Amino acid sequence: MGLESQLDNPFLTTTIDTVVNWGRKYSMWPLPFGTACCAVEFMGVVGPKYDISRFGAELVRFSPRQADLLLVMGTVTQKMAPILKQIYDQMPQPKWVVSMGACASSGGFYDNYSVVQGIDEIIPVDIYVAGCPPTPENVIGAVYKLQQKISQEKVAAWR
Amino acid sequence: MDQSQITDRLKARFGERILSTYAMCGQEAVTILPADLVEVLTFLRDEPELRFNMLMDVGGVDYLGFGGDGEDEDEVRSHRFEIAYQMFSYDLRHRYRVKVAVKDDSVEVPSLWEIWRGANWMEREVFDMFGIRFTGHPNLRRILNHDDFVGHPLRKDYPITKRQKLSRPIDHLLTDKQEWA
Repeated sequence: MGLESQLDNPFLTTTIDTVVNWGRKYSMWPLPFGTACCAVEFMGVVGPKYDISRFGAELVRFSPRQADLLLVMGTVTQKMAPILKQIYDQMPQPKWVVSMGACASSGGFYDNYSVVQGIDEIIPVDIYVAGCPPTPENVIGAVYKLQQKISQEKVAAWR
Repeated sequence: MDQSQITDRLKARFGERILSTYAMCGQEAVTILPADLVEVLTFLRDEPELRFNMLMDVGGVDYLGFGGDGEDEDEVRSHRFEIAYQMFSYDLRHRYRVKVAVKDDSVEVPSLWEIWRGANWMEREVFDMFGIRFTGHPNLRRILNHDDFVGHPLRKDYPITKRQKLSRPIDHLLTDKQEWA
């Protein structure tokens, strides 16, 4: 970047979007909405071997008020659907949603009376992760993809 | 006690009221009518040589469109629903199964809550999935499907692609008085 040449200069010229998005994309606080085996795979993602904190999304929050990345991991039943909606509504903006695994994305093989056929029937989804369950690399790939998406956002669009 | 001996005991005691017996690989069962259910299962629980002190599971079967038990392919089964009760004796380490043929269109079966308290939630599940009404049950509400659900999804005539959404907010889950009975 040649940033070193600017070290003597007290000012940098850039855009608000670039700075804010740079801050946002490396400090996502995930809320794990784990309802099935995908959540167990997520434990591997936050563990020391794969370590999602290398990508800035390490601070797992268990209150939606403190999170901005909703990770939906697992089967969502019709009975659970209003709860997922309420948790999404409780998250402050800006917020993003990752649908992890076949069940959350499409209902998976639970094509039956009790399972929501994809959480995008209830809440907007930014990134879908394929797999049953997805590998930890796949989840990290989703975080990486989401970072790319965030860096293209307009800050004003969230107001 | 060997399961065939249990079958013999039941036959000797109840005679004609045992509609049929079943044996496969050491697993035996008898089929009875709902009217005899409480009497037969109380006998199984209280008889000193049987002492089935635990009800392991209650399950339902919908035989809609199935043939009969016999060889004749055109034969139609005389009943649509069957309830299967799995029992276990902690003291004597033996198991047994009793089936109830629900011939009546009212699909009513007496509840076993008075015999085994554990029957409460199992019977609620069978009610939820098959619509069997357990008379005498203290709290016969749905247990798995949501409150707005209409119909009974494990019945064979439930449309396989039918979806029912629960659109209510979750507040009623927190505020409604829950009877745990």
